[in-house]
Amino acid sequence: MKKNVYIGITATLIAVLFVSALIAGCTSTPSKPAAVTTTAPAAATESAQSTLVIATTTSLYDTGLLDYLQPMFEKQYNVQLKITSQGTGKAIELAKNGDADVLLVHSPTQELAFMKDGYGLNRRSFASNSFLIVGPESDPAGIKDMTPEAAVTTLLVKGTNKTAGIAFISRGDNSGTHSAEKTVWKNAGYNYTAQVQKSGVWYVEAGKGMGETLQMASEKNAYVLTDEGTYLAYKKDLKLTPLVSKGASLLNIYSVMTVYNDKQPVEKIQMANNFINFLISKDTQAEIGKFGVEKYGKALFIPMTVEVPTAKEGWVGDYSTPATAVAPATATAPATAATTA
Amino acid sequence: MSDITNGIVQAIDLIITLDPEVMQIAVLSLYISLSATIIAALIAIPAGALIHFNDFSGKRAVIILIQTLYSVPTVVVGLVLYLLISKSGPLGFIGLLFTPQGMILGQTVLIIPIMIGLVISALRGIDRGISDTLVSLGATQFQMIIEIVREARFAILSAVVLGFGRAIAEVGVAMMIGGNIRDHTRVLTTAITLETGMGNFALSIALGIILLVIALIVVVILNLITSALSSDMQQIAGGGPHG
Repeated sequence: MKKNVYIGITATLIAVLFVSALIAGCTSTPSKPAAVTTTAPAAATESAQSTLVIATTTSLYDTGLLDYLQPMFEKQYNVQLKITSQGTGKAIELAKNGDADVLLVHSPTQELAFMKDGYGLNRRSFASNSFLIVGPESDPAGIKDMTPEAAVTTLLVKGTNKTAGIAFISRGDNSGTHSAEKTVWKNAGYNYTAQVQKSGVWYVEAGKGMGETLQMASEKNAYVLTDEGTYLAYKKDLKLTPLVSKGASLLNIYSVMTVYNDKQPVEKIQMANNFINFLISKDTQAEIGKFGVEKYGKALFIPMTVEVPTAKEGWVGDYSTPATAVAPATATAPATAATTA
Repeated sequence: MSDITNGIVQAIDLIITLDPEVMQIAVLSLYISLSATIIAALIAIPAGALIHFNDFSGKRAVIILIQTLYSVPTVVVGLVLYLLISKSGPLGFIGLLFTPQGMILGQTVLIIPIMIGLVISALRGIDRGISDTLVSLGATQFQMIIEIVREARFAILSAVVLGFGRAIAEVGVAMMIGGNIRDHTRVLTTAITLETGMGNFALSIALGIILLVIALIVVVILNLITSALSSDMQQIAGGGPHG
């Protein structure tokens, strides 16, 4: 028995030695795989070059706009952008925890709450487009070209009547797109949780990303509210056609804000402000207005310089004033800490 | 259907042309998951042996706990680690979030239970008859353990291979800790998720095929190492001073 214990202790010691040797080796190894690739310079100089973490939503990132703009900004400011795309909820949590320096989303209500709670500075809107209600070509509910409110009302009435072939698939995940859908229901005069969510089998909550939700709707011949970018990306694989695309409540506004907390170094805040100013600059706005034309035959975004949408008060943020604030106007102690840092 | 055939064609094309972005993603996946597998194996094999060769009270409970942890969802491992290494978390000062090192840590934590559990099962499967025989032949404790581990080598290899498989195939930790940042923390699984989200199904299938090709290479190499090791071990066990 004693021997067993002795052997066990020796084995553990050896394991600990191995692991510590490996961890020590680990810190030098990451450069190895990078050295093989073309991206080596960026990875190697990482410690010297400053980085800026951008938290954004999958539906925006999936359009490819940020990957397109990234090299332009990196070159202009000699900074490395790290863009992470997550669900809207997680992107906001990342920003709140100080794990991101810039938040880029399309959910005005959640953005305004984020700003009100003091997590953000310099909210600016930089582009917009429209959500679409898409559905089967045959349009069994007959909602084509209705207002969004009339369309969802028709769907709800016919859906709860168990009219054959009427189904609606919702994201059901509190994403920016799901928030937009809830706004349409609200504007149509319905209480979402009481009158829509539990209204029957016709209303399906997918709990999935936009692409998967669209595929599900296509398989089930159902209606669905989608952002235009994802719809265009998936179009060729879908048996769905746009039916409703006009109406104030289908407006999709993209905004950007600097993440603020008292531990955030002022240089990061200034770099985040640079990114915001880059997005609202005349040149970048022109690039945004052209983006997608080649691939989809039409621009995916309407830059603010082309058209400022009319929406509920506060939903469209400032789009022309340069972002300069490095601390909230009202804060006192954290502000001095940030400026002296 | 056409997406699957297109995917196969595209996979071959990406491999032949050594597409730099795909190669970088593949190399990073391999680096992260292999590192996690090695670290986990170095912890799990001795730990499994320690648990197996010792009798202590609560041994059964420890084994049950380890087996329960087989089922831990990858996203939960990712989430718990995220909360620990977030800037507002207790270990935020290390700066592991959105780094390959953070992903190695996450995958290591993820696969350690399954490796320890399978190592214990592997040793248990061999131990029964052989230990008595060895002791009756006058083997020392050390020789006995070496011999049992040698006999169990292929089952232990399975534990390591399964750990590697779970590491390279998982999305939850890679997404939560790595963040799928291009050129930095994007690995094959998060790239597949991304491309599927963008409607590029053929490319997703192609990346899946590349992942399997990498797994094939790793498994073949691990098998070769095991065969080589077993002959070395035979020498150690047979050539010991008390033999």
